[in-house]
Amino acid sequence: MRFFSLPDYQLIMLNWFHRLGAPRSFYEISGRLLPVLWVLSGLSILTGVIWSLGFVPEDYQQGNSVRIMYIHVPAAIVAQSGYAMMAVAGAVFLIWRIKIADVALQCAAPIGASITFLALVTGAIWGKPTWGTWWVWDARLTSTLVLLFLYLGIIALRSAMENRESAGRATAMLALVGVVNLPIIKYSVDWWFTLHQPSSFSLGEKPAMPAEMWIPLLVMVLGYYLFFFTLWATRMRVEILNREFRTDWVQRLVVGS
Amino acid sequence: MFLKTIRRDLAVVFRSPAEVINPLIFFVIVITLFPLGISPSEAVLREIAPGVIWVAALLATLLSVEVMFRGDFEDGSLEQMLLNERSLVSIVGGKIASHWLMTGLPLTILSPMLALMLFVNPEGIRAIFFSLLLGTPILSLLGAIGAALTFSLRRGGVLVSILVLPLYVPLLIFATEMVKAGAAGLDYTGYFYWLAALLSLSLGFAPLAASAGVKISLSQ
Amino acid sequence: MNNLTTFIEMGGHGLYIWSAYGITAVVFAYNIVRPILMRKEIISAQRRLLQQQAKPAGKENS
Repeated sequence: MRFFSLPDYQLIMLNWFHRLGAPRSFYEISGRLLPVLWVLSGLSILTGVIWSLGFVPEDYQQGNSVRIMYIHVPAAIVAQSGYAMMAVAGAVFLIWRIKIADVALQCAAPIGASITFLALVTGAIWGKPTWGTWWVWDARLTSTLVLLFLYLGIIALRSAMENRESAGRATAMLALVGVVNLPIIKYSVDWWFTLHQPSSFSLGEKPAMPAEMWIPLLVMVLGYYLFFFTLWATRMRVEILNREFRTDWVQRLVVGS
Repeated sequence: MFLKTIRRDLAVVFRSPAEVINPLIFFVIVITLFPLGISPSEAVLREIAPGVIWVAALLATLLSVEVMFRGDFEDGSLEQMLLNERSLVSIVGGKIASHWLMTGLPLTILSPMLALMLFVNPEGIRAIFFSLLLGTPILSLLGAIGAALTFSLRRGGVLVSILVLPLYVPLLIFATEMVKAGAAGLDYTGYFYWLAALLSLSLGFAPLAASAGVKISLSQ
Repeated sequence: MNNLTTFIEMGGHGLYIWSAYGITAVVFAYNIVRPILMRKEIISAQRRLLQQQAKPAGKENS
């Protein structure tokens, strides 16, 4: 990149990138956005919960236990795309060395891991009334379990390395390797599942869901995404305070509050 | 540089052959534990043989992959190599290749005997041999990424397993299904191509990722 | 009253549904509370550090 001159518009882009990537401006912008995010995510999850518990009709096969779908499926979706977003942050950090991307990577891992954990636990609880056992090596549950291992690997590598700069680059590298593997893992587990369990049906996979069932699901998925972003930004702000405590603006903030 | 690294690593190993033999002993012992722990019955062992052999191969590779860069890092020769030569990727590639020559290849050669002890039929034994021949290089390639990211850490051992084992899942699935198909007398060329695709994918990406990992670890 | 019990029982699946939602609520609450506590901890640690730095300087001045 540095060996040849960049056209102007790219320089402007880079400049803008670095401005947004500055911890201080991120802290200020996110501080203004966060209240809105909290309200939006709280409202959509609340709506989704009331809708799914109170108004969604019973499933003709699964009865009331289908209501667990409304917290299992969004968790599984957000767990997966959370890993992908974390890997994007890792790529940005490796390519442009933007500090904030490393903060993003570090803060996404524990949130992603706990949402993955939720997807697993709710899946297991849903499995009991549906299949009669707590755990089935169902395609989605199995690949979610592997996803949890991938998250835990990121957290373990981060905590094992003392130097923050190289810890950031190493976890970014690992997240990229993981995200390349994720579709392969998912495909292979799906394929393995169809080989071994040809007859039984998988969690939440219905040929055609009526609108009264999938609209609340959509609301819940949206709510989970918003909630993920809210938690992510909140954690990033705390981590920025932690990392930038030598700077004037953080010290002024600490003394002032 | 690639060949030079291989020659150098092999020479080091031939002076102390324990490093090659230990993973093999481990491989055999782990496989021996299964008849003892589950059942010596022929039907049971034949059923679990592909999984047992493959999981044992995974673990044996992981144990040995951890030291892939560590020795050279501790005596400073890794940094020397990087100073003198610009071709980091070919050095790392050489390390991966010599790791495969020292563990993956012997494991593959040893596997028919162990499969025989687990009552796998001749078709299945052939499938095990070919699945390991294509699969063990993938084990070394992906393992190298984990080794590259952790060699500078004091407690690297278990960490490598945590980082790398999830990445082995697709390989394990395709390889064991290939062996099962082979043992059932079915055509397994489809699986063979799958493993070949995984191998070429990891041949393309893993040396680059591992070299980047080496650079990150050295910069600490 | 009758409505409420049927709502809680969920046709025999109540235990599963409520425990799934309950665990989700607990994990969500943990994720909300954790950064707040961390923020408090970090700020008080930094304030202590700043005061320590300020003290020796203050002594020299007086």
